[in-house]
Amino acid sequence: MQDANRGVVVDFHFEGRRYSARAGQSVAAALFAEGVRGLRESPREQQPRGMFCLMGSCQECLVMVDGRRVLACQTEVSEGLSVSRVAEVGLHD
Amino acid sequence: MTDYDLIVLGAGPAGVNAALAASAAGLRVALFDENRAAGGQVYRAPAFAGTTDDSAERQAGDALREALAKSRVSAFLGHQVWAVTADFQVDAVGPQGSLSCTSRALVVASGTTERVVPFEGWTTPGVIGLAAATILLKSQKVLPGKTTLVAGCGPLLAAVAAGTLKAGGELRGIVDVAGFGDWLRALPAMLARPDILRQGLAWAWAIRRSRTPLYARHTLVRVIPEGERLRAELAPCDRAGRALPGERKQVLVDCVAVGHGLTPATEITRLLHARHRYSRKAGGWVAITDDCGRTSRERLYVVGDAAGIAGAAAAAEHGTLAGLACARELGAAAGSLDPALGQAQRRHARAARFGHAMARLMALREGHVQGIAADTIICRCEDVTRGEIDAACDAGARDVNQLKAWTRCGMGPCQGRTCGDVAAELLATRLDVPREAVGIFSARTPLRPMTVGALTGAFVYADIPIPKAAPL
Ligand SMILES: Cc1cc2nc3c(=O)[nH]c(=O)nc-3n(C[C@H](O)[C@H](O)[C@H](O)COP(=O)(O)OP(=O)(O)OC[C@H]3O[C@@H](n4cnc5c(N)ncnc54)[C@H](O)[C@@H]3O)c2cc1C
Ligand code: FES
Repeated sequence: MQDANRGVVVDFHFEGRRYSARAGQSVAAALFAEGVRGLRESPREQQPRGMFCLMGSCQECLVMVDGRRVLACQTEVSEGLSVSRVAEVGLHD
Repeated sequence: MTDYDLIVLGAGPAGVNAALAASAAGLRVALFDENRAAGGQVYRAPAFAGTTDDSAERQAGDALREALAKSRVSAFLGHQVWAVTADFQVDAVGPQGSLSCTSRALVVASGTTERVVPFEGWTTPGVIGLAAATILLKSQKVLPGKTTLVAGCGPLLAAVAAGTLKAGGELRGIVDVAGFGDWLRALPAMLARPDILRQGLAWAWAIRRSRTPLYARHTLVRVIPEGERLRAELAPCDRAGRALPGERKQVLVDCVAVGHGLTPATEITRLLHARHRYSRKAGGWVAITDDCGRTSRERLYVVGDAAGIAGAAAAAEHGTLAGLACARELGAAAGSLDPALGQAQRRHARAARFGHAMARLMALREGHVQGIAADTIICRCEDVTRGEIDAACDAGARDVNQLKAWTRCGMGPCQGRTCGDVAAELLATRLDVPREAVGIFSARTPLRPMTVGALTGAFVYADIPIPKAAPL
């Protein structure tokens, strides 16, 4: 879909729910804009975490795409992209 | 024979200018950056086409990208560098899989990471870095929130505030650790760059006109989620940023953007064992260099903010300087480079004067970490609190690598990039020793976490050559 002000609009999924974004936007920024803030839990204390640095440094935005672990801030949305949370288990206890 | 004369790591203003200068002088140059377009942090390209933007930054970035496209530099954009060896072999993964190449010299132009001095609730989703907010605004065209609070110190504070207003966002406050006097002290150096000063004044005017509450000499002490929003608590603070007794103000917003300066990204120069020194003014540990960016390791250069925070204008000149110096060292176009080198040196000195004044506003303030509460998380990856760091220190940890081994602070996937500066400062403060004494986390490959799959790519198991078993 082409929208004069928004460029190409695409739909993608996070945890089964549909969201829309501009093609080329990062998954992290697109979800943030849609009000989705928490992306995962910290492995030790299971605290909610979300994107923080947006430049591939902090690793807080780790998600699953097509069975692979990727950084949401370094991954572009595309039509039909399916994103989910990583199944993080308590690693240390 | 090596693949290239020079490999440049990082395509921000420093790296691109180094590559262009060296290439124009006749060197075979390769340039790597994990981003798909050149420009670095300051001139980050918009994430999608069709956006109009008449800002000076956008124009400077477009000019940089155009010059690169017209040059003979082999640009490997969208390539993340995960290892660099002592003989200058660079290993990267890109869209087509992994790639390695070698060179005679190396210029590191890897930029910075942001420092955030922790406070209660800084790990709450919706609290982001100021640097992250600039990326949202500049490249992603997303407002940090319908309502935003910006906090911390330095020029990014003003940049995010002005950018948010320009994009139509509502600012609920600017919380600045610095006081008016700190900014005033930077003024003489700012006068050296009337162009940037003009931009600063335009920002100040936009902020004033918006009637955004300005909390000078204030700091964030706590952020608590409240439904979908965040309740931020502010307190007056001293010069160092330590909260003082006095009235706590509460602000309810969608997003909190906070940052306390930038630290040079030194993973690669540390990995290659160049000599480093600690400089609070330069943002932290930096490689020891001459003014052309030459390190203690032969043919290894470091330029731009990775060599010490000095801003975009200085980074560009620094890059040119190193590119030329490198061309001369490798024997390209001997002699004729001197006038250009002299000119670049003068221009760099002028730009750096301004940049250093800005960097001082962003330097980690002595005593700032002292105000962090014992149960506040320092290391986000491993959820290590200040109390645990203090306890390790009292039990005998004397340098940051010992601290890491004992507490896991800095051992997680970010490899200590987020917490390293603050953890070291906490340790040095508690031991009452200079920062040099507690050291810095050792740099390790891979420089960024990666999956084995990303390195190997798709393969058929039967294609793997298996050597015959040795006869018994
Ligand atoms: C988000 C942000 C916004 C900023 N905004 C401004 C501003 O408005 N004005 C200003 O004067 N300063 C700004 N700064 C400061 C900024 O660091 C410098 O001004 C300028 O960008 C420095 O240029 P540089 O070339 O040294 O580094 P950078 O521009 O940071 O470029 C470094 C490049 O190296 C790449 N890189 C690093 N490691 C790797 C690796 N392992 N593999 C592949 N690529 C790698 C990065 O992707 C990046 O593109 C900002 C900093 C940040 C972090
Ligand atoms: S938000 Fe920091 S790595 Fe993605």
